[in-house]
Amino acid sequence: MTSHQATHANTEAGYNFAYLDEQTKRMLRRALLKAVAIPGYQVPFAGREMPLPYGWGTGGIQVTAAIIGIDDVLKVIDQGADDTTNAVSIRRFFARTTGVETTERTRDATVIQTRHRIPETPLQADQIIVFQVPIPEPLRFIEPRESETRTMHALREYGVMHIKLYEDIAHHGHIATTYAYPVRVNDHYIMDPSPIPKFDNPKLDNSPALQLFGAGREKRIYAVPPYTKVRSLDFEDHPFEVQTWTQHCEFCGSGNTFLDEVVVDDEGKRIYVCSDTDFCRSNMPEETSA
Amino acid sequence: MNQHSTMATDYFAASELPLLTVSGLTKHYANGRGIDDVSFDIYQGEVLGIVGESGSGKSTLLKCLSGQLEPQQGSIVYRKADLSTVDIYSVSERFRRELQRSDWGLVHQHPSDGLRMNVSAGANIGERLMATGIRHYGNLHNASKAWLSEVEIDATRVNDKPTSFSGGMQQRLQIARNLVTHPRLMFMDEPTGGLDVSVQARLLDLLRNLVAELGLAVVLVTHDLAVARLLSHRLLVMKDGELVEQGLTDQILDDPQHPYSQLLVSSVLTP
Repeated sequence: MTSHQATHANTEAGYNFAYLDEQTKRMLRRALLKAVAIPGYQVPFAGREMPLPYGWGTGGIQVTAAIIGIDDVLKVIDQGADDTTNAVSIRRFFARTTGVETTERTRDATVIQTRHRIPETPLQADQIIVFQVPIPEPLRFIEPRESETRTMHALREYGVMHIKLYEDIAHHGHIATTYAYPVRVNDHYIMDPSPIPKFDNPKLDNSPALQLFGAGREKRIYAVPPYTKVRSLDFEDHPFEVQTWTQHCEFCGSGNTFLDEVVVDDEGKRIYVCSDTDFCRSNMPEETSA
Repeated sequence: MNQHSTMATDYFAASELPLLTVSGLTKHYANGRGIDDVSFDIYQGEVLGIVGESGSGKSTLLKCLSGQLEPQQGSIVYRKADLSTVDIYSVSERFRRELQRSDWGLVHQHPSDGLRMNVSAGANIGERLMATGIRHYGNLHNASKAWLSEVEIDATRVNDKPTSFSGGMQQRLQIARNLVTHPRLMFMDEPTGGLDVSVQARLLDLLRNLVAELGLAVVLVTHDLAVARLLSHRLLVMKDGELVEQGLTDQILDDPQHPYSQLLVSSVLTP
C-alpha cells in the first residue's frame, strides 16, 4: 500500500498517510459505506485512540482520515471559524500527516471537517462535509438503555422523541431547543444532526454534498447521502422555525447569516458578527477586503 | 336494523369470549423456580387477582402475561376489539409492543419504574398519544389535563415533574398515563404497595370506579388479601409456581379449599 504514501516535503516522517494505518482506514470505510446505504442509521465502528482528547473531534478526524486522498483540499472549521484552536489544530494535523492542500475558502474545499456549523456558502455535489458528534443517539436523554434505543430505531418507535419538544413548549411556550435539533432522515431514522444550531437544519435537507457524522467516544458513524430528505421534528401547532436576528453583521452587514454575539469592551458593549468567518470575509465590500 | 342486531350479537360474543386465554404457561429460571403449567381465562370487565407469598411466581406470571418475558411453554392468546385472536409470543415484536402501548396498560409497584421522572406530568400522560402519532401540542396538553383531573390530581400541576408529587399522586399519574389510550386490559403489580393506609384507600376507591366506568379487565398481582377482596372479582392462588386454587374472591377468602389457601387466609392479621 505505497500508492497513497505522501511524498510532500512538509509531512512528518514515520507516520502513514493521514495518521491511521491502512487496515483501520479500510474498517472505517466499510462502516461509512454501510452508513451511506442506510441514511441516518448509526453504524458502530472500532474507534481508535487518536492524538487528541475525546470531545475535540476524534470521531470527525477518523472519518476524515479514512476518506482523504492526496488530491483533496481540506477546510476545517470550529463554530464556523477557521482560526479557532480546534480548527487550527486539526487542519495542521492533516497538513502534517498527509501533505494535502488546506484552504479557508468553502468553495475551494473538497473535504470540510466541522464542529457546530455548516458553512453559509451552499455546498456542492463534489464536496464532503464531516461532522464531529459528541452524542450520536438522539433518544439517549429519554432512554438510557442502548438495547432499547436500538429496538426503538428498528421499529420506528419515535413517539417519545416529541417529549423533548413537548417539554420545551410546556416550560417556555415555544420550542426552545436551539441546537442538536432532532431530524428525521429519509422518513425513517431519527438522527441527531450534531450540535449545529437549528439555523443550519434546513441546509441538511436535500443537500448535494455527502454528509458524514463521526462520534469518537461513542464509536458510531452515520451519514446523510446527497439529495436525501431531512425533516426537523415539530408539532402541527408549533412548526419548526430557525433563529432570526434583528441585528446585522458588524463587519460585512449580512442580515441572513448565523450571528455570534461578541462582548468587545469592559462596559459590556456588544457587536454581532457572522460565525462563518470565510463567508464574512468574502461578503465584505470590495474596498475593505482588497 | 340489520346492522344493529349484528352489533348486539358482537357485544354478547365479546363479553362471552375470554379476552385473554392462558394455557399451559411454563417458565423456569436457571435456579429451578418460576411458574409451572398455569392456565386460566380473563374476561372483559373483570378484575382478576393473583395472590400468593413472595417467590410464588406472581410477578413472573405477570411478566409473561404482559409480553415482557417469553415463557418456555404454553400460549397466551389475546382477543382484539375486532374479535380476532393473536398469540402474543408468536406475533412480531413490533406488533406486541404496539399492543402494549395501545390496548394494554402496565402499572408498576414503584411509580419511578413506570413514569419518566425527569419530564413533566403532562409529557408522561402524552407519551402514549404521541406514540400513536398525535402531533398537536394543544390537543396533547388538554388530554393530559383532562386525565389528571380524572385521577384526582389538580390539573394546574400538568407542567410539574413527578418528582414533586407525593407517592399516592405518582401512582395515580402512572394510572392516568396508561389509561390515556383507553386500554382494554391492565396489568397491575402491587399498585398499592408502599402507600400508607389512607392513601391506599383513596387509590383503591379510584381504581374501583375507573374499572367499572371504563369496563377494563385487570390482572392484579398483590400479596394483600384486603386489596384483593376489595378490587377483584376472581382470585388465583399461587404457590411454588403453581396455581393451587382459583375461584370467586369471596368464595376463596371465606371458604378456602386448598391447604395453602387456608393457611394464607388464616395468617392475615386483623387490627
